[in-house]
Amino acid sequence: MTSLDTAREGPRAVAFGTRLPKARKPGRRHLLPGFGLTFGITALYLVLIVALPLAAMLLKTFSLGWPEFWRIVSSPRAISAYWITFSSAAAAAVFNGFFGLLLAWVLVRYEFPGKRIIDGLVDLPFALPTAVAGLALVTLFGPAGWYGQVLVPLGITVTHAQLGIIVAMAFTSLPFVVRTVQPVLEDIPEDVQEAARLLGATPFQVFSRVILPLILPAFTTGVVLCFARAIGEFGAVVFIAGNLPGMTEIVSLLVFIRLDEHNYPAAAALATVLLATAFVTLFLTNLLQAWQLRYADKSR
Amino acid sequence: MQINPADASLPADPRRPQSAVAWGLIGLAYLMAGAVLLVPLLLIVVTGFREGVGVYVANIVEPETLHAIFLTVLAAIVVVPINVGFGIAAAWLVTRYEFRGKRLLITFIEIPFSVSPIVAGVIYLFLYGGQGLLGPLLAQFDIKLMFTVWAIFLVSLFVTSPFVARELIPLMQQQGGEDEEAALSLGANGRQIFWHVTLPNIRWALLYGAVLCNARVIGEFGAVSVVSGAIRGQTNTLPLQIELLFNDFNVTGAFAAASTLALLAVLTIILKSVLEQKTGH
Amino acid sequence: MNKLFTTAVAAILLGTAPVLAQTTEILNVSYDISRELFDAVNAKFVPSYKASANADVKVNQSHAGSSKQAGLILEGLEADVVTFNQVIDVDTLAKGEFVTADWKSKFANNASPFYSLPAFLVREGNPKAIKDWADLARDDVKIIFPNPKTSGNGRYTYLAARAWATEAFAGDEAKIEEYLKKVFSNVPVFETGGRAATTTFVENKIGDVLITFEAEVLGTIKQLGDDQYDAVIPSVSLLAEFPIAVVDKVVDKRGTREIATAYLNYLYSPEGQDIAGSLFHRVHEAAAAEKYKGQFPEVRLVTVEDVFGGWDKIKADHFAEGGLLDKVFVNQ
Repeated sequence: MTSLDTAREGPRAVAFGTRLPKARKPGRRHLLPGFGLTFGITALYLVLIVALPLAAMLLKTFSLGWPEFWRIVSSPRAISAYWITFSSAAAAAVFNGFFGLLLAWVLVRYEFPGKRIIDGLVDLPFALPTAVAGLALVTLFGPAGWYGQVLVPLGITVTHAQLGIIVAMAFTSLPFVVRTVQPVLEDIPEDVQEAARLLGATPFQVFSRVILPLILPAFTTGVVLCFARAIGEFGAVVFIAGNLPGMTEIVSLLVFIRLDEHNYPAAAALATVLLATAFVTLFLTNLLQAWQLRYADKSR
Repeated sequence: MQINPADASLPADPRRPQSAVAWGLIGLAYLMAGAVLLVPLLLIVVTGFREGVGVYVANIVEPETLHAIFLTVLAAIVVVPINVGFGIAAAWLVTRYEFRGKRLLITFIEIPFSVSPIVAGVIYLFLYGGQGLLGPLLAQFDIKLMFTVWAIFLVSLFVTSPFVARELIPLMQQQGGEDEEAALSLGANGRQIFWHVTLPNIRWALLYGAVLCNARVIGEFGAVSVVSGAIRGQTNTLPLQIELLFNDFNVTGAFAAASTLALLAVLTIILKSVLEQKTGH
Repeated sequence: MNKLFTTAVAAILLGTAPVLAQTTEILNVSYDISRELFDAVNAKFVPSYKASANADVKVNQSHAGSSKQAGLILEGLEADVVTFNQVIDVDTLAKGEFVTADWKSKFANNASPFYSLPAFLVREGNPKAIKDWADLARDDVKIIFPNPKTSGNGRYTYLAARAWATEAFAGDEAKIEEYLKKVFSNVPVFETGGRAATTTFVENKIGDVLITFEAEVLGTIKQLGDDQYDAVIPSVSLLAEFPIAVVDKVVDKRGTREIATAYLNYLYSPEGQDIAGSLFHRVHEAAAAEKYKGQFPEVRLVTVEDVFGGWDKIKADHFAEGGLLDKVFVNQ
């Protein structure tokens, strides 16, 4: 595969459809048959599976009226849930920023024994059901667990603490940064660095002045995706978090509890907040991708 | 740590790690990947088989767990083909035509990917629940969706709807429509174009998307737990069964079920890496 | 495709387990900690029904917090029978016209085949010396009990604590509320079901005392060993009835009234009472009550009627939005 192909694959691993290159000859596009069929299938499916249920929830939320909605979403318990969720997701994203970059770098730049295994393991968090991940983490970090035995005597409690939420979020969103940075890194020609090195740059300078700017858009996209996924994570977190209101209770769980309490207005309002967050991150990743595509165009 | 530029400029194989820094980074990667990824996986499998294969098998063939496995597999069998079909249609539409409202359409394709699975459960409850928007109407026709396997299928469809499209769109975008147009000018009809031109070009990416979709259907927890009703041996999927066994104080049973899913995950990874090579990822 | 598989798929899609032949299935929607109880009951009921009515039956189970379950039934969970742990959860169904308003008169003892009471489970040796309700308001005690908004178990705990406080503070409402606020603020986590609360206490090792039904306290000790936990029965507790009902709306539609009624009657039969007793539920039937007398400590039980003037009044005064529970449930 040529380097041009890989360059195009950068955004591929990220998401899609954000800034599709414009059709070269616009009128030409309707030549192919199947517009009616594919449009019909796609639109019908999206209406039935995505739009209609979302509308049902939004209707419920709108029926609350603004003062009631505001009362629910600004209650102290909700606010501490936002804070816990967002700060944990941010911490997980930062961790995965470093760790993901390290993994991507090592996997692209070096040949070493066990490389394929590590590369495969990176996908584990996406392949492993989150409830299983949660069960594994809570057992590992529990007082009697393999890690807990070492950490707990040192005064580091992971389970039933915010650290546990961060661990669960970091685990389940780990692949994003690796998989977004990897293709871009692969695409940077060796000779760019060689040249910089021959000009006397230190390895650190090569990295910070040459490589980092090139991978920055992909890297940022990866971190944002990681953050978005962490905010939505539920299965792994509820196993390890302890779910103490105001301490380790995330927004998704609060929605779940409000449902159980049969307090539907509160569940709808808080779920709407989560939905709005999803839209914002989606918008953000789209902007980032536009940035990345411009980069890719330039570097070609 | 400083490297001598003269040494570094002419490496025998540029990808063979040369410096202590390189080996340090690799070591760190080993350590982190091991501690963060490999150990949790091993823990699940080791604990699942801790009391021997016999006990493991006994836990798995326990009727409720067996039924949970059956239901989970069934959900995958139902959901994956539908989302493969949707993914192909959506990708074809988005990459082959320009039309008004395309941005909006793409947003709707993407939304399930970035929203919390709990929200997925909630929206379906508000739509089809007995006190929901359509629930009472459907009840008049004796159609029951909530707390049946249908609800599980529906939320799984929602959660995994973007997976195949997400793989296909960039690829089909990159390939462009030239091949199809050439076939068209040679007199091929739509069906022939799809089967003989498009499909061979996208088959590996399609499979890859299907594998990811499958993994997610099998593992979905949050959305399913809202709409399942947790009827034992009926609407409990395998991830829910794990929680249930855990709460029944049957830790060995929970880990046996979990290790089954972990083994499936390993299988997924192997399949995925094979497909990655085929797609040239 | 092989025929058995097709049949199984068809069966599962229609919401029935892949059991061949003419097996009628009913769904028992129950509270969270009754898992072991109905496992045992169902195993005995099936052959007993086969013998008496010559029909095959299968009883499916769903367990979660009692009020949550009532909510799910309103949303469409098709329960043939409910075996709850609180009157007001069945009343919720009556209000939604799933059961008739006179459901309490359809089975003996106010439609409650067995009873229990809120009791304490503490860690081995009772290191915090928790003896009675008064100890729950201490600064150094962390308590676990389920969310009173989702769990009947949690509401009994609230009511029992209030019953004790009403006596202890001679009805001084300010003092009672102060006490209850303190108790609630000592709870680090409110799980939505009784079993989840037990798991939090037992597996996650959170809290110094778990308050749950005596049946769960004694059952947990039996299952996990008396070298790890001790039961503490407080000086006074609240009679906790476990009401049952046939869900009229569902059985009439499904044609399962006969089986559903037989199932609930079985709970009152000598065998049913024996199973309940063996799993630490207090029972009414003479032989079983005598047989299991030894495992239950003497305790002074008050009733919701005596202390609170009945469930309707409780619902209005305590559990309504902004009611007395909301006043003390400071950290909800």
